[in-house]
Amino acid sequence: MRYIPNTSADRDEMLASIGVSSIEALFADIPESVRSCFRPLGLPPRSEMEVASIVSDMADRNKPTDAVCLLGGGIYDHYVPSVVGNLLSRSEFVTAYTPYQPEISQGTLTAMFEFQTYVCELTGMDIANASMYDGATAMAEAVLMAERIRKRGAVAVPRSLFSHLRRTLDTYCWATDIQIHEMNYLPDGTADWQSLPEQLSAVVVQTPNAFGVIEPLAGLKERIGDALLIVSCNPLSLGLLQPPGAYKADIVVAEGQSLGLAMGYGGPLLGLFAAREEHLRQMPGRIAGRTVDVDGKTGYAMAAQTREQHIRRQRATSNICTNSALCALATTIYLASAGSAGLRQVAKLNLEKAHYLADRITAIDGYELAFAGDFFNEFIVNVPGDATEIHDALVQAGFAVEAPQALQSFGLDRVLRFAVTEKRTKNELDRLTRVLGGSR
Amino acid sequence: MSTIFDCRCSEKVGGLFPELDVPAQGVERLIDAAHVRTQPLRLPDLSEPQVARHYTKLSKLNFGVDDGFYPLGSCTMKYNPKLNEAMAVLPGFSGLHPRSDVSRSQGALQLMFELTGFLRGIAGMADVSLQPVAGAHGELAGMFLFKKYFQVRGEHERKRILLPDTAHGTNPASAALAGFSVTEVASDETGRIDLAALDEALDDTVAGIMLTVPNTLGIFESDILQVTEKVHAAGGLCYFDGANLNSYMGKTRPGDMGADVFHFNLHKTMSTPHGGGGPGSGPIAVSDALVDYLPVPRVRLENEQYKLDWNCPHSIGSVHSFYGNFLVAVRAFAYILQLGDVGLREVSENAVLNANYLQQRLKKTYALPYDGLCKHEFVLSGKGLAEGISTLDIAKRLIDYGVHPPTIYFPLTVKEAIMIEPTETESKATLDRFAEIMEIVAREAKENPQLLHDAPVRASVRRLDQTQAAKNPVLKVPLDGE
Repeated sequence: MRYIPNTSADRDEMLASIGVSSIEALFADIPESVRSCFRPLGLPPRSEMEVASIVSDMADRNKPTDAVCLLGGGIYDHYVPSVVGNLLSRSEFVTAYTPYQPEISQGTLTAMFEFQTYVCELTGMDIANASMYDGATAMAEAVLMAERIRKRGAVAVPRSLFSHLRRTLDTYCWATDIQIHEMNYLPDGTADWQSLPEQLSAVVVQTPNAFGVIEPLAGLKERIGDALLIVSCNPLSLGLLQPPGAYKADIVVAEGQSLGLAMGYGGPLLGLFAAREEHLRQMPGRIAGRTVDVDGKTGYAMAAQTREQHIRRQRATSNICTNSALCALATTIYLASAGSAGLRQVAKLNLEKAHYLADRITAIDGYELAFAGDFFNEFIVNVPGDATEIHDALVQAGFAVEAPQALQSFGLDRVLRFAVTEKRTKNELDRLTRVLGGSR
Repeated sequence: MSTIFDCRCSEKVGGLFPELDVPAQGVERLIDAAHVRTQPLRLPDLSEPQVARHYTKLSKLNFGVDDGFYPLGSCTMKYNPKLNEAMAVLPGFSGLHPRSDVSRSQGALQLMFELTGFLRGIAGMADVSLQPVAGAHGELAGMFLFKKYFQVRGEHERKRILLPDTAHGTNPASAALAGFSVTEVASDETGRIDLAALDEALDDTVAGIMLTVPNTLGIFESDILQVTEKVHAAGGLCYFDGANLNSYMGKTRPGDMGADVFHFNLHKTMSTPHGGGGPGSGPIAVSDALVDYLPVPRVRLENEQYKLDWNCPHSIGSVHSFYGNFLVAVRAFAYILQLGDVGLREVSENAVLNANYLQQRLKKTYALPYDGLCKHEFVLSGKGLAEGISTLDIAKRLIDYGVHPPTIYFPLTVKEAIMIEPTETESKATLDRFAEIMEIVAREAKENPQLLHDAPVRASVRRLDQTQAAKNPVLKVPLDGE
């Protein structure tokens, strides 16, 4: 086997040195009754070339690039600069593990420290961890953290959360006996906080929300008493939008995919997690800190480890160990490449192009924006007639658009959701408009 | 080490993204001024060569499996085949949106469906979910399944999870996160679960037990069938932590030992890279009793079409945004496909052979508290090697000899533990060289202990002051004005 360097002569020598006669003897401690149940998969070994061919054929069956992608709902078709993939493939990053030995992990640790700085700067928060699995588990862990701090057993969340965030949050809250109060949305698509219950551990808000609408956050923190304010955001939008920290958010979470990650059929993703400094001891996840070595030279090490499972065991703030480190590195390199100017530019491209498409579509008779609230790069339109038929026509014409059924859980009928990134061209958007019957 | 924020900003950047090709309306016309950022972002604007140099420099301060021997116990730091990486970046996979219509994702669904089948077969269990994205995440999903099982049965008093004292730290943390309390069960003088202690702990408040097989001492629980039978007889369920699957894959199966939930670590056993701490993948296999509760969506094959099934009324729901770490699953699929049954077996045979060979040699120099046949790893103790020498000193000195230190101070049942997992992808020559280095370090410990106290001296930094880091945490780069 190609990945095993020992020869049969090596093996014989090693067995002799151990003092056993066969490899089988090394497994004598496994009960015979267990071993005799074993059944193989019936899978022959294959050459690398054969495997490459089989797996490539499967990839080809997907053909995502055949369609112009207008899918969104939390994952977006953004451009990933070449430098990201190239640097990310260095085996020193790829084949290392958690930096348990900081002296030979300064690369990973320095990058974690930079990542935390970027996340804090983007979100306007004091502290950030080195990543969570994805935006959904980041939100769930934020709610658990708020519950540890406030212990009220209940949180409020808007109905307009992305469905995948809500599904995951529901599971974590069911398991931890946290009650979820759902807040409906107003006609303009923003959350309705009118009948907010009292005695909450946290109020969760997502901006832009599942309708693409930017939530007004000014004054919300004051309104919710001493419940913690958890804001879930799109980090790419923060190139333009006011960061949640400016609205006194206590915890900010986000899906980091928009900053340099492939869509990858939804994984791996990247959870961003930031908080106010006073909550450091309740934060989940790895955190890198700056320190000095015995000679006074600057270095980095994992910090605040007494929160973590390998020290605190059942009293840890989370069970998380392996997280999404390489994805965090991708985002770090993306932000280093883009800089303030690039991030602002890409955010503006998203904003302008999405509004261009929205303007073109709503110029067609019978099409109108479902919500009047401001949006960033995603919006929902009411369509005339059967949304499924219109959807199918778009798909036929080579556009990837989400089926309208996906939005039924929000109580929305006869609607389509469009996300427009910097990758979409005027030609593509005009062509889409023409399929819908527009003049462009 | 300087950070990217110390790099001198270039005069003008840009060129990553094109100019706007639709008529510009201006931010102020499109969104309310109240939503617009008031403080400018302070991200450095850099040229690409600066970025490339910086991260290349950082990479060289790291130590990965491709750099040298990495016997980090319990982490299975085996070689990561390059084929896997090539497969994961195929545009048909990497460019696929998770909300794509299933008619456009048939290849991805097929891969998930077939990988699910492979893992089901390797575990010898009823069904598998690929959704959890790390070992600890699989544990948590498994604990959620336990909770659901007892909730459906109306056995609300089952709130305790039993854990051997050798368990990984994630086990108690996962159980606690799912709302269970933890009862520790002592191990006996051979390092295995003490059956009498187990009997003592079992009653009708027990939801189940979390086992690691072989355990974290690298010792197979020879009484495994008695253990699982006892737990089942008491009405509990058995969780198997699959961190150590590399020791028996292709030879025996957790399903045949009485497991109700078993998690895989694809980033350990199935050769997908660790990435400096993820992304991993932690699929869970379950017994018949728990199939209906698995996370949604499930991948099904109906009329020769693959589909995502969301309609599973008894499911615990979802534990991740979409379908787990799909691109990690691609790598694991390529690996299993290449190995086949013979390869899977050779992996565990060689992993166990390498570990026993190394144990046999190193026990002449270092204390081996639990002597006997090991599986894929073993645990030495640094205690008593030399006056005033700790396991930390030994580990740091290994760095000077160009090897990654083993896992240290775990499991907690061994004082000054040194947990060594060589994996099957290391040659006898590498093991011999490592043993020599360990012997040299042992000699140094006795003859010139200062060498160990001062170590490492050949890394980019020497020992770091973690106390100061804990007392006055500096957790980000101070930017202008801070």
